[in-house]
Amino acid sequence: MTTTTSRTDVVLPPLTRVYRSRASVELKEFFRQRESVVFTLLFPVILLGVFGAVLDYDIGAGVSFTQYFMAGIIAAGILGASLQNMAISIATERSDGTLKHLAGTPMPKSAYFIGKVVQVLAVTVLIIVVLLAVGGLAYGVPLPSGSDWVTFAWVAALGAAACTLLGIAVSSLARNGRSASAMVTPIALVLQFISGVFFQFSQVPTWMQTIASLFPLKWMAQGLRSVFLPDVLAAQEPAGSWELDRVALVLGLWCVAGLVLCVLTFRWQDR
Amino acid sequence: MQKDSLLPTGKGPRPPHPAQAQGGTRDGAAAGPWREPDPDAAISIRGLVKRYGTATAVDGLDLDIHRGEIFALLGPNGAGKTTTVEICEGFRRRDGGEVRVLGTDPAEASRRWKAQLGIVLQSGAGDSQLTCRELVRAEASYHADPRDPDEVLELVGLTEKADARGRLLSGGQRRRLDVALGIVGRPTLLFLDEPTTGFDPEARRQFWSLIRSLRDLGTTMLLTTHYLDEAEALADRVGVIAHGRLVEVAVPAALGGRGQAPAVVSWTEDGVRRTADTATPTAFVRELATRFPGEVPDLAVARPTLEDVYLRMIGHEQ
Repeated sequence: MTTTTSRTDVVLPPLTRVYRSRASVELKEFFRQRESVVFTLLFPVILLGVFGAVLDYDIGAGVSFTQYFMAGIIAAGILGASLQNMAISIATERSDGTLKHLAGTPMPKSAYFIGKVVQVLAVTVLIIVVLLAVGGLAYGVPLPSGSDWVTFAWVAALGAAACTLLGIAVSSLARNGRSASAMVTPIALVLQFISGVFFQFSQVPTWMQTIASLFPLKWMAQGLRSVFLPDVLAAQEPAGSWELDRVALVLGLWCVAGLVLCVLTFRWQDR
Repeated sequence: MQKDSLLPTGKGPRPPHPAQAQGGTRDGAAAGPWREPDPDAAISIRGLVKRYGTATAVDGLDLDIHRGEIFALLGPNGAGKTTTVEICEGFRRRDGGEVRVLGTDPAEASRRWKAQLGIVLQSGAGDSQLTCRELVRAEASYHADPRDPDEVLELVGLTEKADARGRLLSGGQRRRLDVALGIVGRPTLLFLDEPTTGFDPEARRQFWSLIRSLRDLGTTMLLTTHYLDEAEALADRVGVIAHGRLVEVAVPAALGGRGQAPAVVSWTEDGVRRTADTATPTAFVRELATRFPGEVPDLAVARPTLEDVYLRMIGHEQ
């Protein structure tokens, strides 16, 4: 028995058309959902407003905590746009049948992930732009300058990539979107407290610093501090420097680990 | 419970299925001599076996669905309907037997093969923030030569809801949207897994006329349903499945020997309700008529309904 009788004249659409279509679907899905816009986009901005108004003290070298917080809240914003967003949205789409339906169409599987990447990119860029604008206009946080933009770009891109892959992997652990949210939100919050987002990392107990160093958020925040703070403050870091090579290494390893986990765990339907 | 209907190994270029690799030939679990799957049929199934742990959901099922026909698969919950359909759709792996859908083994599903199918899942197509039109357009973009999305919305009666978001539709409208997504790619073969569950009678009638117009366009359809009137109204042939086996395949009017079953004539005589089983109801009624001066009081002639036959068949199986 062979499958020679199957038709070979069936035509498929160009990949670029499907990719564009999926990108447009994902952008609409995100920006039309009030919860995701408020939670992912507005929440970091509100936190910046609150912290900037309340914790406006000098952390040394004439730098205000708001400037320090800018690096942390951007890192937390990227975490929300990638890891939290992916974990919750994909778990929801798996439990409500969206993924199974897509698996039954001739849509190439890559198109689904391209759409998600476009969504994360758009949301991440938007968060960064809004945070920079609010920080600059309301609290006088200076924009990065010169080669800091390059560091900014690669730290944000590498961090978002690692967290997107992790979010896709985590989505497979949850039964549905609500349980994904219940699982991932507290973890993200704890990580934010111990990774130098809400407090200066140097004030976090050493053992908590050690735990935080296992996860990407700490390294994203540290890399972004090198962008927003004068180099003299690198002395406050645990290693006494920004350790940018370390930042790249750990985030790169998380990308690899996340990718492996995705490949091993991704399911198109509920068990 | 090892009742596998297994192919001999080494039948072709395809590596033997794990279950086949256990060796052995058909043990006669399913009736009839072994035949190869029919590559020209829309769907051809031979000796299909699917187990979940120790439970056998499909137990040596044979079925051919011809191109262009509407085939309804009937059976109680847990009989193996959805399992069989989802193996044909490529969603589940079989443990034994052979399956060809449009000439291709669904376990080797390719995008080109999927492009010829339309799949309306029991679970629907999921929630969305997109409007009906946007959803149908997105679905159309997965195909090289799709139907016009607005025409498809018109066909399923959702033109007025084209700009409403998917998640704001009623249950029946949602199901019609699922069907719109299933047919926008001009499928050769359309799977409909309990498409009208939750419909009111009017919506069901509208849906039936939609299905008939798709048949007129040459679409083959495999329909599973709990509604016997639906199977009778739509299907060219009906298959009854119970305990993972196909109990009978027939045109709806002949299922379970319905065509030849004795008719039941009932009437009232001397104030008493009387009934008689007869193979010749016409002659019986003519004879009966001579005993009354005018109309025979409360005369009724009935054949077993599809539901009677169906309940007897699955009751017998249980």
